[in-house]
Amino acid sequence: MASLKELKGRINSVKSTQKITKAKQMVAAAKLRKAQAAAEAARPYAERLTGVMASLAGKVGKNDQAPRLLAGTGSDQKHLLVVANSDKGLAGAFNSNIVKAALVKARALIADGKDVEFYLIGRKGRPVIRRTFPDRIGVQFDTTQVREPGFNEAEQIADELVGMYQDGRFDVAHLFYSRFQSALAQIPTEQQIIPVAAPETAAPDSDAVVEYEPGEEEILEALLPRYLKTQIFKALLENNASEQGASMTAMDNATRNAGDLIQKLTIQYNRSRQAAITTELIEIIAGAEAL
Amino acid sequence: MALHFELVTPAKLVRSEDVHMVEVPGSEGAFGVLEGHAPFMSTIADGQMRIYKTAGASPEIITVSGGFAEVGDNGLTVLAEHVED
Repeated sequence: MASLKELKGRINSVKSTQKITKAKQMVAAAKLRKAQAAAEAARPYAERLTGVMASLAGKVGKNDQAPRLLAGTGSDQKHLLVVANSDKGLAGAFNSNIVKAALVKARALIADGKDVEFYLIGRKGRPVIRRTFPDRIGVQFDTTQVREPGFNEAEQIADELVGMYQDGRFDVAHLFYSRFQSALAQIPTEQQIIPVAAPETAAPDSDAVVEYEPGEEEILEALLPRYLKTQIFKALLENNASEQGASMTAMDNATRNAGDLIQKLTIQYNRSRQAAITTELIEIIAGAEAL
Repeated sequence: MALHFELVTPAKLVRSEDVHMVEVPGSEGAFGVLEGHAPFMSTIADGQMRIYKTAGASPEIITVSGGFAEVGDNGLTVLAEHVED
């Protein structure tokens, strides 16, 4: 049985832990709102770009001179897995879920005899992936210097990926991130980003003849890297929202667990105190009777 | 009698309003868009876009870079990666 002093110490330490988790929860809730607003604001651009991509890819994509970013290299031997993680922990299983999805894919590809390389965004995924595949981590994109990954980061990542693609470092790139569904549910998602999967055209185009300047192919060529940037940007935003959501849920649980623990310890503390008092009383009474 | 004009960047919808005319720095030369323009699509060069709220008004200038312009049934949409007012 722990002494009263020990119990008091433990109660205090759990209380301060609870304060920290509660603060983190409130910060995450505020950040989540901001992240959701950012994701919302990015939607119009993505929607319009997707629409234009769909109509252009439908026209140009069928012939043989389609740009390589759209048509692929004609081989699928070398795969690049782009894994987007966060830099901070305290977000429950958020990071490990993404990494797990990437590792499953990596194992499947290796079992098929393909070459696999990792491209990591963010800090948290690195240790786990390095333990499993020590020599397959190619590039690590550092996001610790910026507070929230924004379009500039997406741009840099996309440029680097396109450069690697043109150098023949890989044939197919998959992006792993967490899709934000709600504060309670984030879904680890895999998306093929290179070659660009042309979006489906929703409805057949109207009969209006659209004039293109310079030409359809040139526009498509200029559009593809942009589309890639937007896709990565969207993934980063979703990831950010997911991280905050996961963090909020995890910290809410932690706060509640700490509360339960405090309650249990307090009961134990009161019982021990009462026992000590009772013992003392009995001693006094016994002493008085003996007189 | 107005042209619906939208300027969108990846981060947000910058403008969505009815204007008289917009002058866009197309990659093959600048072009102006008025209401009822035929469907048209062009990449844009880095440069200045002039927005005329009404005929003869002095233009509002926005610097854009990296993107393209699309003219369709619902007006002019400019998608730009970077925008400076």
